[in-house]
Amino acid sequence: MAAITKRVMAGVAAKVMVFCLALVPLALLISDILTGSVGPDPGQAITERLGLTAFQILLLTLLITPLKKLTGWSGWLRYRRMLGLFVFFYASLHILAFLQLLLGWGDLWATFTKRPYLVMGAAAFVLMLPLALTSTKGMMRRLGRGWKPLHRLIYPAAGLVWVHFLWQARSDITEMVVYGVVLFVLLGLRVYWSGLSSLIPLRRG
Amino acid sequence: MLIKQRPSWVLPESEVTPKSIYLNRRKFMTGAIGAAASLTVPGLLHANDASSGLKALDYRSATEYSTDEKKTPLDDVTAYNNFYEFGTGKGDPAKYAGEMSVDPWSVEVEGECERPGRYALEDLLKPHDYEERIYRLRCVEAWSMVIPWVGVPLADVIKQLQPNSRAKYVYFETLHDPKQMRGQRSLFSTVEWPYREGLRMDEAMNELAFLAVGLYGETLPNQNGAPIRLVVPWKYGFKSIKSIVRIRFAEEQPKTSWEMLAPNEYGFYANVNPEVDHPRWSQKQERRLPSGILRPNWIETTKFNGYEEQVAHLYKGMDLAKYY
Ligand code: HEM
Repeated sequence: MAAITKRVMAGVAAKVMVFCLALVPLALLISDILTGSVGPDPGQAITERLGLTAFQILLLTLLITPLKKLTGWSGWLRYRRMLGLFVFFYASLHILAFLQLLLGWGDLWATFTKRPYLVMGAAAFVLMLPLALTSTKGMMRRLGRGWKPLHRLIYPAAGLVWVHFLWQARSDITEMVVYGVVLFVLLGLRVYWSGLSSLIPLRRG
Repeated sequence: MLIKQRPSWVLPESEVTPKSIYLNRRKFMTGAIGAAASLTVPGLLHANDASSGLKALDYRSATEYSTDEKKTPLDDVTAYNNFYEFGTGKGDPAKYAGEMSVDPWSVEVEGECERPGRYALEDLLKPHDYEERIYRLRCVEAWSMVIPWVGVPLADVIKQLQPNSRAKYVYFETLHDPKQMRGQRSLFSTVEWPYREGLRMDEAMNELAFLAVGLYGETLPNQNGAPIRLVVPWKYGFKSIKSIVRIRFAEEQPKTSWEMLAPNEYGFYANVNPEVDHPRWSQKQERRLPSGILRPNWIETTKFNGYEEQVAHLYKGMDLAKYY
């Protein structure tokens, strides 16, 4: 009995720690804003940092399955939902920051029709919405075998985010290439282990 | 120690207003600390180049060419730069431009002119008096600043070099030295170095075209294009090429860096024009920096960045949507 409680406690502690770690980028950003070190174009800087954090955590989320496979420890799975929700959290802040701090709620229609890379970001966000909404235990149970194919939407979403990122580049694409390679490896491992069909969302099997 | 870091091409000591008058206390302090530190820690010397090697300049105010809009604070002008030779982040140039040495500096003059040759910077500048012009700077990325430049009219330097009748264009090049410019060492940079820019002769001779050697009364910090850069305020910022090492007078229109990179997005002319959008974003408005934390500081972009009166005649009869 005592051993079980201890394990549960350790599990909870680990979860709290991951939760706090995921909030570090936000804390750093807020501290930079308060100390005035985000530069003369804060809206741009804040939007970019939140977007990049969302993408980074998205890649971490995609790392969970390979980690499980490679280490043989399925405990990693416990952090996946939380990380996924943090992706959604940072992406939402990213979009809010864009609208309020950078765009100032200007001409939304022109903004999106003029900037195709924003459409990519928006499409990625639209794909993430149902994932966030169906992340609860109750929804998992209700969707049953349909849950997993639905949540494979994260793969096209990740691809769209990368395009969203790449398309903004003006000249040096080093950063985009690095993130692209990471994403390619993470998805490639799945194809290697379970075949190409394992990446296709919304299809059972 | 500090004296040595100062470029030698600026005016002789006697002609310069004593630096102490220009220095505010804070700067003086960092300068002093920097000098002390560089005596003991050689590695710090580089880091200090960009900020403490600056020298006060002697100039007159050319108010007839200056805007009275609120100036962008010095800290922002020197911390937020596009200078891809040092990285693509806005803060990269301030961090890494200190790795570039700007003294001594020479400029190669070549092509269709009577006075070609390699000029030490001080020789190129010697015949001219400095003036200060407060210009708007509009970046193609839809942000803008107001900057007090110190320098000489480009036309004066061009006259000194005596272009001949075949000279229809002026071409400029930035320093290309991967050892000093880490952005040029990047594997995935799509810019073909060196950075290149150009103007049509009549544009270059326009009264607004300016060669800056300083800002806010002191020599240029490296990240702003030390020791000499172009400023063409009616064009997008990327036309205002930094750290110039080559000037060529040419008969043919030269290829320019951004045009080479993405000809559908950036043209040779690159005049500020709210009516012609960039393919990936609108050019109707700009964020005047510093922008607000809670609300962006959007203002309307004006044709030729508000210098229509001085430059519109250069483009009479030209379709500016075609020649963007
Ligand atoms: C409606 C949806 C979205 C909009 C309007 C939007 C808008 C933007 C904007 C304006 C930028 C800055 C680009 C620039 O410099 O001009 C940006 C960058 C970025 N966004 Fe988004 N975005 C959206 C969705 C997303 C999503 C869902 C993600 C990831 C989960 C994301 C990740 C990124 C990344 C990684 C960057 C690059 C940051 C950097 O430059 O370091 N975006 N986005």
